Amino acid sequence: MALTLDDVHRIAHLARIEIDEAAAREVHGKLEAIFAMINELQAVDTTGIAPMSHAQDVMLPLRDDVVTAGDQRALFQSVAPAVQDGLYLVPKVIE
Amino acid sequence: MKELTEFMHTGTIAELVTALRAKQLSSVELTRAVLGRVDAAQGALNAFVTVDVDGALAQARAADAAIATGNAPPLAGVPIAHKDVIMTAGLKTTCGSRMLANFTAPYDAFVVEGLKKAGTVLIGKTNMDEFAMGSSNETSFYGTVKNPWNTDYVPGGSSGGSAAAVSARLVPGATGTDTGGSIRQPASLSGICGMKPTYGVCSRYGLVAFASSLDTPGMFARTAEDCGLMLNAMAGHDVRDSTSLERPREDYTRDLAQPLAGIRIGLPAEYFGSGIDPDVAAAVDTALAEFRKLGATTVDVALPNVKLSVPVYYVIAPAEASSNLSRFDGVRYGHRAEKYTDLMDMYKKSRAEGFGAEVKRRILVGTYVLSHGYYDAYYLKAQQVRRLIADDFQRAYEQCDVIMGPTAPSPAFKIGAKTDDPVQMYLNDIFTIAGNLTGAPAISIPCGFDRRGLPIGLQIQGNYFREAAILNVAHQYQQATDWHQRAPTLAQKAGSLPPEGVK
Repeated sequence: MALTLDDVHRIAHLARIEIDEAAAREVHGKLEAIFAMINELQAVDTTGIAPMSHAQDVMLPLRDDVVTAGDQRALFQSVAPAVQDGLYLVPKVIE
Repeated sequence: MKELTEFMHTGTIAELVTALRAKQLSSVELTRAVLGRVDAAQGALNAFVTVDVDGALAQARAADAAIATGNAPPLAGVPIAHKDVIMTAGLKTTCGSRMLANFTAPYDAFVVEGLKKAGTVLIGKTNMDEFAMGSSNETSFYGTVKNPWNTDYVPGGSSGGSAAAVSARLVPGATGTDTGGSIRQPASLSGICGMKPTYGVCSRYGLVAFASSLDTPGMFARTAEDCGLMLNAMAGHDVRDSTSLERPREDYTRDLAQPLAGIRIGLPAEYFGSGIDPDVAAAVDTALAEFRKLGATTVDVALPNVKLSVPVYYVIAPAEASSNLSRFDGVRYGHRAEKYTDLMDMYKKSRAEGFGAEVKRRILVGTYVLSHGYYDAYYLKAQQVRRLIADDFQRAYEQCDVIMGPTAPSPAFKIGAKTDDPVQMYLNDIFTIAGNLTGAPAISIPCGFDRRGLPIGLQIQGNYFREAAILNVAHQYQQATDWHQRAPTLAQKAGSLPPEGVK
């Protein structure tokens, strides 16, 4: 499962991070070292072992379907880069 | 009043509480002194990102008023600091990142609420590795934090600012978060106590998420007793965090005075093998001898899978991080690039500019291991090995009450020494990561110094919900030794930091 330079460009696109060729090459070398370390796991026999997704095996709690925090739009939008009329502004996505 | 001015930075939380209640000093006096020292130390240590002078003084006045009524909450008037990944309403919360350079938190984290209710005075927000990803505090957008014992060295990370602030006697206590060792490792490298409670004991509400199944809020202080006092204020059930546990309230300081006779200390061979700095090994051995003198016995235990902690962690943590950090898209909060062509370009440029190199690397690792066709080979595999590691610990706890070993394989390293080699940097957390994978509690306490005078930490781990027992073991050691009372020269030097504070 060798990680190629093409993989770096592909995952950078998936992660929505702009990366140029020089940066991709540099990070590729570091990622190869990281995956060499991670790949130690492949040698472990995990047949029949239940994956542990969480520290505590507890059921997700349900809470009552009631409003607790109320309308905080103005507060939350106060930290947004661009808003207008209570809406978040982004570049045009529909022609 | 020399003694009092000195006491204001050498007093522990427990001692300050007593003195404040006895009206030997006011919280306003104490807070002014602390603010002065924080300001004076900033150039040398870079421990803080934000200092809230007006807010701190207002909280101090309120604490003094509460103390005057005779009905003050338990930590009334005690100055503390929060790691800058923990949201504080109305204050900047940067996560050490350019991404959140202008982000003001809209609400308080659960642990911030708890410490506020307990009457603490918030001095400011401490510097940290960007988004808590790092073991040296060198990935912060706001510059490296320096180790108070020697400013050429790192304080550890990611909660390095909190560790340096407590180590330099700027504040008696501070919060941190621990995802792979980010409280315990800097506590070890900075010569103070740092505790990670059981996952679920302190709500994660209001922590900017890194790896949700591992992130744990905790604290730094100079004594085990103070850690217990802070934990009393930080623990509790919270419906806003679905992983917060509903448990009866505890006084985590209740067992501090228990004698250690009969306590069984588990020693895993895996923690005492090759790769440990000889000074660290010697200091830990000396500490173990002290525990035997205190009546504890030691027993060999085996953690055969613990050596896989680092690779497991570097699958699970980046996978969860890549998901959590997808929220930073330049739309609802955080950095937005100035120039872009379309929405995709805006996302990509905003994230490329807003995140630093280590954060991007981990997002890329996480994206890869979660991408189509690789999930089973990486994420699922890592979760299975996580189970094997957790099972090792459960077997070990059949034979012992606590597990001890070094917190980190070496004392602090020089700034810049490991920045080019992420894998070497990751190995710093080799002894702490398992605590996050299992979710069980652990503390690092000072147990000596290396040949260069840099502090060494002893890690005490316990089974789930055994915080009070861990604090008991640590406290009894601190009654018999004085490593926790040693202060860096920078904190002692008269005149280097003005004890009288701001006017």
